[in-house]
Amino acid sequence: MLDTAAIRKDFPILNEVVNGHPLVYLDNAATTQKPRQVIQALVHYYEHDNANIHRGIHTLAVRATEAYEGTRRKVAAHIGAASPEEVVFTRNTTEAINLIAHGWGDRFVNEGDEIVLSLMEHHSNIVPWQLLARRRGAALRFADVTPDGYLDLDSMRALIGPRTKLVSVVHMSNVLGVINPVAEIATVARQFGAITVVDGAQSAPHLPVDVAALGCDFFAFSAHKMLGPTGVGVLWGRRDLLAAMDPFLGGGDMISVVKQEGSTWADLPHKFEAGTPNIADVIAFGAAIEYLGAIGMPAIRAHERDLTAYALEQLLAIPGVAVQGPRNPDDRGGAVSFTVDGIHPHDVSEVLDAEGIAIRAGHHCAQLLMRKLGVPATNRASFALYNEPREVDALTSALRDTIRRFGHGQRLAV
Amino acid sequence: MASASLFDELYREVILDHSRNPKNRGRLAAPTRTAEGMNPVCGDEVILDLTFDRECLSCLAFDGQGCAISQASASLMTERLTGVSRGEAREVCLAVRSMLVQGGEPAAILGDLEALHGVAKFPVRVKCAMLAWTLLEGILEPEEYSPGGRSS
Repeated sequence: MLDTAAIRKDFPILNEVVNGHPLVYLDNAATTQKPRQVIQALVHYYEHDNANIHRGIHTLAVRATEAYEGTRRKVAAHIGAASPEEVVFTRNTTEAINLIAHGWGDRFVNEGDEIVLSLMEHHSNIVPWQLLARRRGAALRFADVTPDGYLDLDSMRALIGPRTKLVSVVHMSNVLGVINPVAEIATVARQFGAITVVDGAQSAPHLPVDVAALGCDFFAFSAHKMLGPTGVGVLWGRRDLLAAMDPFLGGGDMISVVKQEGSTWADLPHKFEAGTPNIADVIAFGAAIEYLGAIGMPAIRAHERDLTAYALEQLLAIPGVAVQGPRNPDDRGGAVSFTVDGIHPHDVSEVLDAEGIAIRAGHHCAQLLMRKLGVPATNRASFALYNEPREVDALTSALRDTIRRFGHGQRLAV
Repeated sequence: MASASLFDELYREVILDHSRNPKNRGRLAAPTRTAEGMNPVCGDEVILDLTFDRECLSCLAFDGQGCAISQASASLMTERLTGVSRGEAREVCLAVRSMLVQGGEPAAILGDLEALHGVAKFPVRVKCAMLAWTLLEGILEPEEYSPGGRSS
């Protein structure tokens, strides 16, 4: 496991005392905490380099531009992109997916075409496609989820065919934790001339990602789930696809020449970055990528795998607790959803919060999956590189306490 | 150990009892009025059925699923309001809203509903407790009247 004692020193917020207890932060799938290095990069930028980018001649503008473009190079290297020009900054994963739906979808999806998704998708990988399907007269198809929390690959293969224009699938589920065989899906899609979009919001922060090895066409993720600031997302796309797409938003910075009769677009990736972007947060995201890179994604994955294995074992040992998603820690990441027999997730998370333990309760923006699982909501504990086994112990001990307080394991009417 | 005070303020024994053994749970065969609502944050669902016998709420029942607060609040409501007049129900609604939303002290008319007082300190959970009451407010007045006296 990682040297979490050393890592935790970099995260000031982990010293917070919440409701009289030391904070146990297990809501990393929602957003991770930020190391000093990231916070200081923000402060440094505003104190020393603040200027608008891509247009000024003066020294600060050059420094700001260099730092902003530096993050683009770091991101490209981090995910195995062929070139920084394939990396587009957005606000978040949601905006990245909407960019594809508009820039690629409006141009290439036609009436009668099909878009294949899965039942485990986050709303951000469902609703943009529903809107596109409505605009273009296309149809959505949903691959099933197996009872043990895996993507039903047979059902997905059966849905991908000559009508399929686009397949969009989550790399790691934010509810089930399951890691999907994206490379296999992309291979099937390619056989039918369809493109593959991967929602990497949960995988990019926790797994080594190599977009070339995945064989997908687009890969979207968010900075704030990987130690970076909020307000920065990344869309990686294959250069030929990005080049063929229409811009998403029009305005400054995304044009080459503007004339009364029309305009020509800037080169990649600036064609997709209209207006002054989130310069400071992109620059600070660079510090987050460096931080992850210094520890190493394989080491982070190994640490979180072991922690997840321990959490699964400890949770399943509590009578009345059921875990959603794969039991094999090799097949999944550290987003662990569970339900407690007879106690609604909001009551569970309320009691845990009283002990300083932060977990998430709700439908996790995955209502299709909740319906499939037959639960209205789940609890979710999710781990990051700074979490320790003792925090799993705090969770399970508080859960046992909750069950005792709510009625000695009696079944409640919920 | 869970912090005793926070837990006990929110989950008073009366609330835990009603959540374990809800009163008047289910649907009425022929309700006069029905309302259905959801708390999108929590996913709590409540369906409320009422039968009026002239100006008297002769029967109330609720169904749905959700957290202990949302379900206990509905259960407590049906217990408190069964057999009361429309006028009294109106007063109880106002007293609940005053206690939970406006931060008022619990009024005597609330009876056991006073157990919900602690919820007022948990802003996120007020919506859970208010779900059934908001539904009731929508169906308490006769259909041809709105509270403002205008024809609806």
